[in-house]
Amino acid sequence: MDNWSWEIFFDAFPVVLEGLGITVGLTLACYLFSLIFGFVWTFLRRVPFKPLNWIVTWVMEFIRSTPPLVQLFFIYFAWPMVPVVGMTLSPFTSAVLGLGLHFSTYIGEVYRSGIEGVDKGQWEASQALNLSTRQKWLKIILPQAIPPTIPMLGNYLIIMFKEVPLASTIGVVGILHMANSYGAQYWAYLEPLTIVAILFLVLSYPSAILISKLEKRMNRRFDKKETLNSSKGATT
Amino acid sequence: MTEPIVTFQDVHKSFGDVEVLKGINLDIKPAEKVAVIGPSGSGKTTIIRMLMTLEKPTSGDIIVDGKNLWKMDKNGQLVDANEKHLREVRGDIGMVFQHFNLFPHMTILENCMTAPIHVKKENKQTAKQHSIQMLEKVGLGDKLDNYPSQLSGGQKQRVAMARALVMRPKVMLFDEVTSALDPELVGEVLEVIRDIAKEGEMAMILVTHEMDFALDVADKVLFLDEGVIAEQGTASEVIEHSSNERLQSFLKRFRA
Repeated sequence: MDNWSWEIFFDAFPVVLEGLGITVGLTLACYLFSLIFGFVWTFLRRVPFKPLNWIVTWVMEFIRSTPPLVQLFFIYFAWPMVPVVGMTLSPFTSAVLGLGLHFSTYIGEVYRSGIEGVDKGQWEASQALNLSTRQKWLKIILPQAIPPTIPMLGNYLIIMFKEVPLASTIGVVGILHMANSYGAQYWAYLEPLTIVAILFLVLSYPSAILISKLEKRMNRRFDKKETLNSSKGATT
Repeated sequence: MTEPIVTFQDVHKSFGDVEVLKGINLDIKPAEKVAVIGPSGSGKTTIIRMLMTLEKPTSGDIIVDGKNLWKMDKNGQLVDANEKHLREVRGDIGMVFQHFNLFPHMTILENCMTAPIHVKKENKQTAKQHSIQMLEKVGLGDKLDNYPSQLSGGQKQRVAMARALVMRPKVMLFDEVTSALDPELVGEVLEVIRDIAKEGEMAMILVTHEMDFALDVADKVLFLDEGVIAEQGTASEVIEHSSNERLQSFLKRFRA
């Protein structure tokens, strides 16, 4: 391998690494945004007013069917040119808004599936016990709706982490951007981009394992209690 | 003559184009035990679901302890009840479901304690004490820390009863509570209902297919057929001496 140089590799490594904080930070910011906005979608779709539900469903569908890259470009380049409401946003803010909004529509679906997965009888029993709307949600519905969604939400975190490099196209200085400018400066792309790939692998692979463990634990949730208690029950 | 605890006044209920209940009139006295029998699809369950506010009547009034359940007074006019009004009136009613509907993420004890603590604002100690008493009464004092998934159907249904009883309702509704159980587990559940019935203070409405049980426990039996109360009276009047043909053929299927 004539082209590979460990010298360049070690020279580029700290440079690329400088972008890691931004990449991880942007991922977390996007994720937080989409977790919150996903809730807003879910809520709006549950408001008992049909026309609003249709509009919300249609907007979600629109956001999901257009590429995130187009959305990013629109927010960063086109938004400032929109009359009245248009404004110039920093690359980071644009990326949080664009990617966060895009993924919030998926997160909203995850929430919805979690809530719909709770048996209708649970609502009826809560009502028969005269729990308030707030208590129903907090004590009965959400504790059952959330755990099954955790593995899915974790998967979206990893997916988002891998989509975040899109933000380098509007100038967010993450690891991909750092690698690219290093490459442009020294005409050496192989090593810095390899470093980018390694960094992504090192971060997302263990996370994926963690999530699949979590998933298994969630699936075993009730069985576990069962074995724990039946051994106890045997003595009584 | 005591005031009825529950009154239905010309109550109709439609699902889409299908009218399930076609004018129900009914008085239930405090502490009265009423069994509702009839073929499936006759609207038995709908009657008690409307009383539990799980279904809204299409027309007519349901009065619970002197208060109109589904309507409230607003500036001298009767309007549809809001959630606040429903919560006020609903507090007098408890229900046990065919499929138990226990909260799977809570222990048996927590299942019973949740409503007293959050709805009745009892302190935790009192709620716990009452719940344990009630669970002992249904014979599950040794299962307090178990989860619903660890219990048999009969045990689950007994927990569901304890959970409803601990709220001290004035009217208790039983919606085919033995229908989802294996035959050998039906007895233990009926036995608990019988015990509760003996204590007497609470009115009970039982939608059931257990004819012998209805005969034994109920002061009054209603035969519901095609959306109306086709026959009513004491258990022996209705089940043993009625001349209503449809009732006779309905009963024959159970006796066979």
